[in-house]
Amino acid sequence: MLEARRLECTRGDRRLFSDLSFSLNGGQLLRVAGANGSGKTSLLRIMCGLVSPSAGELRWQGRPIRAEREEYSRNLVFIGHLNALKDDLTALENLQIAAALGGMPADSGRMLSGLDRFGVAHCAELPAKVLSQGQRRRVALARLALTPAVPLWILDEPFSALDVGAVVELERLLASHLASGGMVVLTTHQEVQVVAHAILRVDLDLHSAALQAA
Amino acid sequence: MIRALGWVLRRDLLLAFRRRGDVVNALVFFVIVVSLFPLGVGPEASQLRNMAPGVLWVAALLACMLSLARLFAPDHQDGTLEQMLLAGEPLVVLVMGKVLSHWLMSGLPLVLIAPLLGLQFDLPADALVVLCVSLLIGTPVLSLIGAVGAALTLGVRGSGVLVALLVLPLFVPVLIFGAGSVGATAAGTGAEAHLLLLGGFLALALVLAPWASAAALRIAME
Repeated sequence: MLEARRLECTRGDRRLFSDLSFSLNGGQLLRVAGANGSGKTSLLRIMCGLVSPSAGELRWQGRPIRAEREEYSRNLVFIGHLNALKDDLTALENLQIAAALGGMPADSGRMLSGLDRFGVAHCAELPAKVLSQGQRRRVALARLALTPAVPLWILDEPFSALDVGAVVELERLLASHLASGGMVVLTTHQEVQVVAHAILRVDLDLHSAALQAA
Repeated sequence: MIRALGWVLRRDLLLAFRRRGDVVNALVFFVIVVSLFPLGVGPEASQLRNMAPGVLWVAALLACMLSLARLFAPDHQDGTLEQMLLAGEPLVVLVMGKVLSHWLMSGLPLVLIAPLLGLQFDLPADALVVLCVSLLIGTPVLSLIGAVGAALTLGVRGSGVLVALLVLPLFVPVLIFGAGSVGATAAGTGAEAHLLLLGGFLALALVLAPWASAAALRIAME
């Protein structure tokens, strides 16, 4: 269970949001909504443990995430708005290294099945720099297909640059992850068609500093 | 842990192999800078022999610094550094892997080519051996200290100059004892004391630098 207690985020001297609390259980999807610049990406980075909140804390299974950073990292997959692909490595090599660093077995058969799931298996031997934006996104998302056992998925705009087929595939993958008790946190401007026990929604516009001052 | 270190090493060596030009550039820089001195100063053997240790070591230091900008910055830009921070492996281990590959790509080639360049300065054989050994012990220290500087200046504007300002003063002891060891051999007083001190620096840097770099990377990500 992931629990946020009165989170506050300040960037420079601007307070993005404050007094944000929620809890996320297995099988639930949390959709973070908010206008551009409302702090969605900052919230996701806080949830990963990359950035510490200016106030409040996050707890994973009842323990603060700062206390056991590596243990917590092993329980999450983060796909940011950068695809984290090295241009000079092939799609397959990129995926292998990502899997290996995440503590997963990195045999190429598994990697290829992940790429195949997102329809980019034919690009496996191509360097990432020649792939299109959508293909790069698909390669980045293929990590999800390899890590079903990792409970918490944190995805920043996962649907951006994807075509209709890939959107459907990703929704299917999210649904099966949720059905097996996983948790998903994502930001998106699209409506998500995912069957889940519960879709929670955090609207950062309602937690923005400007609103609370009013 | 060892597996993660192996993967980072493999990744960075593969990347360096795909971008061979960067590695070759630093090496060519080293060769050219060192070769300019005999041409500029003139062919007087005793003068060349006196200045050889300093010239070779300063050039090695600058060549090593050239590649520091590429240690973390590209990974920072494409988001792979973020993933390393979230890898679930101790960041220190991953940093060690990156520093080791940096040394293999920028330090080791200098060690191998240095004796050849030393011949231009009419260095005797025993001084050439000591030059090699001192570079072998000293260049890893440069990579380790450099990694701290590169991590501290990550994402900062004008980071290239800033790295030089941060790191060059810290390179001074390595330079003094590295060049000193070659000079001492040429003077016939023996290089052991200098080399032992260099070894001491290496041990100290091995213990402190990866932790400092890892902490600096975490700060840079905030």
